[in-house]
Amino acid sequence: MSTMVDYGSRLSDPASRRLGTFSYLPPLSPERLRTQIQYLLDRGWTPAIEHTEPQHTAGSYWYMWQLPLFGETSVERVLAQAEACHAANAGNHVRLVGYDKKRQTQGTAMLIYRGTPV
Amino acid sequence: MATKTYSAGVKAYRQTYWEPDYRVQDTDLLACFKITPQAGVEREEAAAAVAAESSTGTWTTVWTDLLTDLDYYKGRAYRIEEVPGDPSCFYAFVAYPIDLFEEGSVVNVFTSLVGNVFGFKAIRALRLEDVRFPIAYVKTCGGPPHGIQVERDKLDKYGRPLLGCTIKPKLGLSAKNYGRAVYECLRGGLDFTKDDENINSQPFMRWRDRFSFVAEAIRKAEAETGERKGHYLNVTAPTPEQMYQRAEFAKSLGMPIIMHDYLTGGFCANTGLANWCRENGVLLHIHRAMHAVIDRDPHHGIHFRVLAKALRLSGGDHLHTGTVVGKLEGDCAATRGWIDLLRERYIKEDRARGIFFDQDWGSMPGVFAVASGGIHVWHMPALLAIFGDDAIFQFGGGTLGHPWGNAAGAAANRVALEACVEARNAGRNLERDGKEILGAAARLSPELKTAMETWREIRFEFDTVDKLDVAQAA
Repeated sequence: MSTMVDYGSRLSDPASRRLGTFSYLPPLSPERLRTQIQYLLDRGWTPAIEHTEPQHTAGSYWYMWQLPLFGETSVERVLAQAEACHAANAGNHVRLVGYDKKRQTQGTAMLIYRGTPV
Repeated sequence: MATKTYSAGVKAYRQTYWEPDYRVQDTDLLACFKITPQAGVEREEAAAAVAAESSTGTWTTVWTDLLTDLDYYKGRAYRIEEVPGDPSCFYAFVAYPIDLFEEGSVVNVFTSLVGNVFGFKAIRALRLEDVRFPIAYVKTCGGPPHGIQVERDKLDKYGRPLLGCTIKPKLGLSAKNYGRAVYECLRGGLDFTKDDENINSQPFMRWRDRFSFVAEAIRKAEAETGERKGHYLNVTAPTPEQMYQRAEFAKSLGMPIIMHDYLTGGFCANTGLANWCRENGVLLHIHRAMHAVIDRDPHHGIHFRVLAKALRLSGGDHLHTGTVVGKLEGDCAATRGWIDLLRERYIKEDRARGIFFDQDWGSMPGVFAVASGGIHVWHMPALLAIFGDDAIFQFGGGTLGHPWGNAAGAAANRVALEACVEARNAGRNLERDGKEILGAAARLSPELKTAMETWREIRFEFDTVDKLDVAQAA
C-alpha cells in the first residue's frame, strides 16, 4: 500500500477552484478539445462561447461571446471563435457550451481556457 | 339498452367483467396483472374477478348496482396472454375508466388497483406488472418538483452524470463528526452526499444539529471548489407535521435538496412534500426502502416499474433504480426499461424490457436515476454505458473506504467519471476499453491509482444490447 498523501485543496489556493465537466482532468489539449467539439456537433447541439473574470465565476450567467454559433458544423470554426474570445479577453476563463434545444438544456459545458488565478 | 332487473345471488364474474371485444379508450387506465389462479379456476373467470374486485364489483349482486351505470364505471378484463416459460400463471389486461380515480391521487389509484384484490381467495398469487396512466390522468398530477433540466440549471452541472456518496457508518455518528465526513467528500469533487435512509432524528444525532453542521460543510466545500454542492437532508419523519418542520429548516439554511423515503413514508406524505418542494424551490431526492418487500417476488406484489411510475406521478427529482452492474442480463434490460420510464417523455411498449404499454408523460418532468450500492471506480465505465448522463452514481464505501480518506476517494471517482465521459464522447467503447481508460487517467491521478489498487478489478462483460439507444438517451 502506498504511503498516505494529504489532499491539497485550499480556500486560499485559486488552483483549487473547479469549473465544470473535465475540470478534474488535465487541461484539454487542442486535439482533445477538437474531439469534444466534434462530439457536441455530432449530437446536433449548438456551440456557444462564454467568458468571465476569474473572480466572478459563481453566477449562472457569464458573458456571451457574440451569439451562439447556430448551424455551425466546423470544428475549426468553433475553435477559431473560442480563440478570438480568448484573445479579446485576456485573463478570463472561457468555456464552451452545447445548447440542446430539444431538451431545453445544455448538453455539455467545459472550460477551455483557464484565466489568471485570483 | 335492455332493462335490467334485480336478481339476488352470486353470478360468475366473467358475465360482467370479461369483455374480450372491448376497445380500449385513450382515457382508460390500463393494468397488466400476472395472475396465478387457484386450481380449477378458469383464466377468464380469474381475470374477470381481478377486474371486478379492483373496481366496482363485489362477490354478490346488490340491488344498488342498478342505481348506477356499471357499464360506464366498471373495470374490464379485455385480454389474456401466456407468460413465457411459466404455465402456472398468465397475464390479464384490465381497463379502468378514468372516472374511477380521484384526480392527482396516486394514493387512490393504488388503493383500487392493489387493494383488497391482492388477498382474493380465487387467486393464489397476483402481481401488478405494469400500468398505463392515460395522459389525461398524468396531467392531473404534480410530478417531479423540478425535473432533470431544472436541477442541472440550478446546480450548474452539464454533460456528465452527477456523483454522490452515502455517509457511513449509517448510524451512530455525532452531528459534528458527520458534517466532517460530508465536507471531506464534497471538497474532493462529489456533487452530493446523502443521509442514509434510516438516519432520521435519533438520540445520537438530532436532525436540527445534523442539518446545521452539514450546511456549514457544504458552504465551505463550495467556497473551496467553486462548485455548487448539496446533501440530501432526510426529512422523513414520524408525522407530516414534523416532516414539514424539517423541510422548512433545511430551506432556511439555504440548502438545495432534501430527501424522503416514499414507500415507508407513504404516497400521501410524498405527494405533499413534492408539492412543498415545488413551491419552495428545494430539490427532492427519493429513497425506496421497503421496495424489495413489494417487488421482489416474481408472482406476487407490484413490479418496480409500477412503483417508479407512481413516484414520477407523486413527485421526486431523484429515484434509486439499482445499479445493474454484476447482475443478470434480464435485470439490465428491465432496469433500462424503468430508467426510460423515469426520464423520457414517451416510452414505447417493449416486452424485451418488460414494458407492457406505451406511456405518454406529456410535459411531466423527468427523474434522475440513482445507482447506489456496492459500486466503486472499476464500475464507472459500465455505469456510464448503461445509465448515460442523466443519472447519479453514489459510491459509499467506494468513496469513504479510500486509504487516504474521503476527499481522495471523491477525487478518484470524479477523475474516473470525467475520463470515462471524455472517452465516450471521443467514440471509445467503454466496455471493451474500460480498463485502459481508467489506467490512463490513473497515471495522472494518484488518488485514482490508489483507489484502483484498493478495489478489485471487475470485468466488463455485461450485455451491450441497445447501447445506441442509451447513447441517444444520454
